Amino acid sequence: MTTFRHAKLALGAALALGLVTSLPTFIPQAKADEQFFPLQSYRVGPYAAGGTGFFGGFIDYLNLINIRDGGVNGVKLTWDEGETQYEVERGVEVYERLKSRPGVAAWNPLSVGIAYAMIDRISKDKVPLITINHGRTDSTDGRVFPYVFPLLLNPYSETSGIVNYIATREGGAEKLKGKKIVVLYHGSPYGKETIPIYKLLSDKYGFELEQIEVPHPGNEQQSQWLSIRRAKADYVVLRGWGVMNPVALKTAQKTGFPVDHIIGNVWSNSEEDVIPAGDAAKGYVAITTQASGAEYPVLQEVIKTVYGAGKGNLDDKKRIGSVYHNLGIVNGILNVEAVRIAQEKFGKRTLTGDEVRWGFEHLQLDPARVEALGAKGLFHSINVTWDNHEGNGRVTFQQWDGAKWKVVSDWISPDWAALRPIIEKSSTAYAQERGIKIRTSGDDPVGQ
Amino acid sequence: MFDTQFLIEVLVGGLLSGVMYSLVAIGFVLIYKTSGVLNFAQGAMLLFAALTFVSLVERGTPFALALLATLAIMVALGITIERAVLRPLINQPPITLFMATLGLSYVIEGAAQLLWGTQVHGLEIGVSDIPFDIAGVFISRFDLFAAAVAGSLVALFTLFFRYTRTGLAFRAVADDQFAALAVGLRLPRVWAAVWTAAGIVALVAGLLWGARLGVQFSLSLVVLKALPVLVLGGFDSITGAIVGGLLIGAIEKLAEVYVGPFFGGGIEAWAAYVVALALLLVRPSGLFGQKLVERV
Repeated sequence: MTTFRHAKLALGAALALGLVTSLPTFIPQAKADEQFFPLQSYRVGPYAAGGTGFFGGFIDYLNLINIRDGGVNGVKLTWDEGETQYEVERGVEVYERLKSRPGVAAWNPLSVGIAYAMIDRISKDKVPLITINHGRTDSTDGRVFPYVFPLLLNPYSETSGIVNYIATREGGAEKLKGKKIVVLYHGSPYGKETIPIYKLLSDKYGFELEQIEVPHPGNEQQSQWLSIRRAKADYVVLRGWGVMNPVALKTAQKTGFPVDHIIGNVWSNSEEDVIPAGDAAKGYVAITTQASGAEYPVLQEVIKTVYGAGKGNLDDKKRIGSVYHNLGIVNGILNVEAVRIAQEKFGKRTLTGDEVRWGFEHLQLDPARVEALGAKGLFHSINVTWDNHEGNGRVTFQQWDGAKWKVVSDWISPDWAALRPIIEKSSTAYAQERGIKIRTSGDDPVGQ
Repeated sequence: MFDTQFLIEVLVGGLLSGVMYSLVAIGFVLIYKTSGVLNFAQGAMLLFAALTFVSLVERGTPFALALLATLAIMVALGITIERAVLRPLINQPPITLFMATLGLSYVIEGAAQLLWGTQVHGLEIGVSDIPFDIAGVFISRFDLFAAAVAGSLVALFTLFFRYTRTGLAFRAVADDQFAALAVGLRLPRVWAAVWTAAGIVALVAGLLWGARLGVQFSLSLVVLKALPVLVLGGFDSITGAIVGGLLIGAIEKLAEVYVGPFFGGGIEAWAAYVVALALLLVRPSGLFGQKLVERV
């Protein structure tokens, strides 16, 4: 009996083994003509308001391309979301889970922490990592970071753009001499990243500088604003995040600081930053790379085509055209155009991540092309090259009137020439530390 | 030259901020005093209350009606927590109850976002924050209002504890649960009442903190401000929560302004904990907490 049972087991095992080995190995294959965008989104948790807006806008634009154009030259755009709650470990888990899906075009985490944790991984896997308006400043240097793209604006360019704007308000850069600027920054690596650049620009233009830290999360700022009042600051640059921003505006009012002399950075510029502050935010000015509002043709098409078909991603349609939603739309335009440009070289088919990287390195959208895309006035232009992964985005400034943002400046250029040597110094040090070969031309093979 | 006027301004600002911390701390004290549970879900309850109120107002409910409806919801929440979570855990070790409230905080935060969405809301309660200028010292109207509300709340609780049957039952349970049971007090009923009271405190604190920060997820993080207050004042004393709040508020502001520059700034968050830890070493039950005497 025992022998018979053993024989049955052996036969079963042999059959199972035979079955397994005779089956073709299951490797996910790209369906014909699909390009996949894995999304490390955050729709719950403390930063859900920003996450739902940004990823909502991104998905709305991908949907527009699919519904209106049938995809990019017939290649359908697909996506899948993994919830991260803005937590780094969850972001990495989503990366590992989705990275082997066929036809991955690019990663767009909208999180400094997750982006930092992914740099080594995406470099090894040869897929672009897009950090629009944020990320490592030195990843602007495509010679060292071939797969990382801090599109439109890195933190140093943002700093330069803000100082240039203050100079414009004062009547010229020479009028900055003797002025007092306080930078109120979030107590995190993100908040501290621009400390040396403000020092550099202070030396260059001769303004007095004080940089004051607000401990995370920033829900109490009485002492910082009293110090600002004592310092008799002319301007305060608000480099905040989350709850720190409305609390800063409210505390400024409480301590009698004029709100129109507070200039917010790119992560202090959304409706979520001003609405909780109520009247205290009226007159507040903030930098942006993309205007808000739904009057732009591309937004109108999204409303008509995507929301009209019941496929809009935002639950609350009032948020269409908000700062984060429009950032998502612009991010969608940049991703889609990179795929389109890459298709012109490699063929109208599903591309590899490395081919899409090439597309990003040739992402040149001048104002005429931006207008043709229905985004004139929404953003200015971008000119990415193999060694400049930021792409010289322009910035503008918007003022909150209590109900909506209004643009109050022209498109301003940061001082890229002054910033580039500092960026290269940092990226070169990174390359030496990691043993990375520095590319000398766009034709160099990329690898780590 | 030392600027005395500035010192006064920092001190007054700190004391008034401390009142806001006390408001959160009182919710902890109520629960701890009667059940020995450190209710980590107090911050989540505060978020839930503020989010419910503001969502009702935004959907067109009149202010007073929204307040009453939120109050009713917080009472229901308090009773549900007692029935569904605490009653089954009677006689379990304190760490089990603490872990239960930790889990509860995540459930309440998730439910709040599921029910009312993830959007950030502004909350106006009709109190302006244009400061009074008293001899060059700016004093916030809103903070003064918050101090008056906190004072009224403490006065109400004092009257309640002294002159009502339920209040006396609270005190009896707080003194000795087994003795209270022995004389016929129904422990579950007292606990349900105390969780209801904590819900009401969460509503008041939620509205004031919500008006200051905006109603958003990070409201639940204000519990972190209450913890050093509790260590300093004692976990079971409402007076301790008030005095502890004032002390912590003043200490953290003075430390940030006068000591912070020597450390590169941003020290106020941990300066409060340094003081609380130092006191813990010499007086483990806090300034006003009851000393635990156990027969061994």
